[in-house]
Amino acid sequence: MPEKTMVEAIRDAMFEEMKRDDRVIVMGEDVGEGGVFRATEGFVAEFGEDRCMDTPLAESCIVGAAIGASLNGIIPIAEIQFADFSHPAFDQIVSEAARLHYRSNGTWSCPIVVRTPYGSGIHGGPYHSQSIEAFYAHVPGLKVICVASPYDAKGLLKSAIRDPNPVIFLEHKKAYRAFRQDIPDEDYTIPIGQAETKREGTDISLITYGMMTHHSLKAAETVEQENGASVEVIDLRTVSPWDKERVLESVKKTGKALIVYEDNITGGFGAEVAATIAQDAFEYLDGPVTRVASPDVPISPYSGILEEYILPNPEKIAEAIRKLAAY
Amino acid sequence: MTAIKEAIKTHGLTEKQLLQMLEKMLLARALSVRQRILQRMGKGPMTFSGEGHEAAQVGSAFALRPGVDWVFPYYRDVAVAVTIGMTPVDILRGFFARRDDINSGGRNMPSHFSHLGLRIVSGSAPIATQLPHAVGAALAAKLRKLDEIAVGYSGDGSTSTGDWHESMNFAGVQRLPVIFVCEHNNYAISVPWRKQAAIENVSIRAQGYGFPGVSVDGNDVLAVYGAMSEAVKRVRAGEGPTLIEAKTYRLMPHSSDDDDRRYRTREEVEAWSAKDSVAAFPHQLKELGVLDDNAEKEINDRVNHEVDAATDQVEQEPQPEAPTALRHVFVEEERS
Repeated sequence: MPEKTMVEAIRDAMFEEMKRDDRVIVMGEDVGEGGVFRATEGFVAEFGEDRCMDTPLAESCIVGAAIGASLNGIIPIAEIQFADFSHPAFDQIVSEAARLHYRSNGTWSCPIVVRTPYGSGIHGGPYHSQSIEAFYAHVPGLKVICVASPYDAKGLLKSAIRDPNPVIFLEHKKAYRAFRQDIPDEDYTIPIGQAETKREGTDISLITYGMMTHHSLKAAETVEQENGASVEVIDLRTVSPWDKERVLESVKKTGKALIVYEDNITGGFGAEVAATIAQDAFEYLDGPVTRVASPDVPISPYSGILEEYILPNPEKIAEAIRKLAAY
Repeated sequence: MTAIKEAIKTHGLTEKQLLQMLEKMLLARALSVRQRILQRMGKGPMTFSGEGHEAAQVGSAFALRPGVDWVFPYYRDVAVAVTIGMTPVDILRGFFARRDDINSGGRNMPSHFSHLGLRIVSGSAPIATQLPHAVGAALAAKLRKLDEIAVGYSGDGSTSTGDWHESMNFAGVQRLPVIFVCEHNNYAISVPWRKQAAIENVSIRAQGYGFPGVSVDGNDVLAVYGAMSEAVKRVRAGEGPTLIEAKTYRLMPHSSDDDDRRYRTREEVEAWSAKDSVAAFPHQLKELGVLDDNAEKEINDRVNHEVDAATDQVEQEPQPEAPTALRHVFVEEERS
């Protein structure tokens, strides 16, 4: 099995799906030249400019035109260069893509994927760092995926492209080239909505997603070596729909829940996870449902010192684990 | 009169087609009037009138192939919907929010037209968001080498939105088989055109996007048909989009919740009423010898009967079952 970075895995997923189904196209800014993260490198040579289409710099129209094309037999992957630039397309995503099927009583549907790099930790400043998953997880009719590892990214992107619904596919940009993973040669998919237990444990359930999965795994190792607290780390991978069953099952086993997310703490997706645990696993809890997230300041400052201060990291997560373990 | 004869000759319209156009205009008018009355009777919470826009809508939609070309209407486009082939029952089921409403099953507001088979695509209430969809459908037609045209309809207020400009631009860059029809009625609810834009004719903006724009008398159904036919020819010849600005007037308030007396003089409304196409077109057809009083009565009777029958039928039809409100958030079946 070849080792791949996440951006290579994403490229392979799109490439293979475009080979497999000639209805699939990529459209967005700079995609023709390979994209700023090189996710579509070589696509024009292989598929031509019509199937890897550079668009004008207008995000609302990129998503809106993708919606229209999807009505007429095309399966578009709309690339938004950075999640921070997706906001002009908010109306098209929320008012149109998410509601088209519902408002037409199940008549029209909109099989599009909106791919975009999100997340901080790369000195991106306030406009190349944002986490946007909570906006879209709030909207019925959208599926929202957050990936930060090569294997998951490839399997989930293939599922997203094959899904008959609009899917927001968020790729943590710090994970693009941070590490490599073995990727099977054969075709595989990962079901949307399925979490994965990345690390088994008995004392605390740590629920997370995106880049925070990696930080959480480090923190779990650190604490276990210190005092033996055994932390189970669950990577949601999909925030809408999310794997409540897996999370509740784990919390009922451990009695403690720590939720880690990179987004601002207030109204972040972890707040929904916390509320669900509080309501549906109340009788099993042996400590406060706890969140580690970024404070409510615009994520994230450009300066490394400021950025590091804002973001959750393995040390902050380890500290929260110690505190929760003491209950 | 000569001009009309010339127009008919140029466009190759038959007498039968002219009478069809008239009937669609009258049907659309009757449906707008009926819904206003029903709303006042408390039969439904909301209605949007297309009165005044019939010539612009029928003239443009009549040049399209129902079920082949893609139509992205806005909420004023009842005459577009019926010209493409929606029935009074289809329209009134939307008004009454009935279970079998083909537009939305009672989910969208009335006049948010949708019909899968006729390729009339469901729209929303935010303005001009349907135009990128028209561009996308045209893009798909181009990529798939299909002989299909997409038409994006919107009003003059829409021309200030980002989606309007972004759509024009992308369509121009890719020379897409798309036609934009702007039904310019001089008001975005209460805001007059002079506060919307610093130009008289919005059609001139097309030049900035690399394709032609034309302004036509939107109360002259044949002039609109002529402009639309030219645009269709251009698309077929691979010459890309056209922007058609049909200058017309909304004879009624924006919606049943609006009172236009606050922002329009009665004199202005009356002056435009005198130019109402639904009154003028039969007169023209009579002068041409295409229509006489008997034939006109026959058409009017047929239209009124259809709308009466549809009203009686639809009012008795079942409402949606409440728990179905939870359905169709996602497509449940696998994609083919």
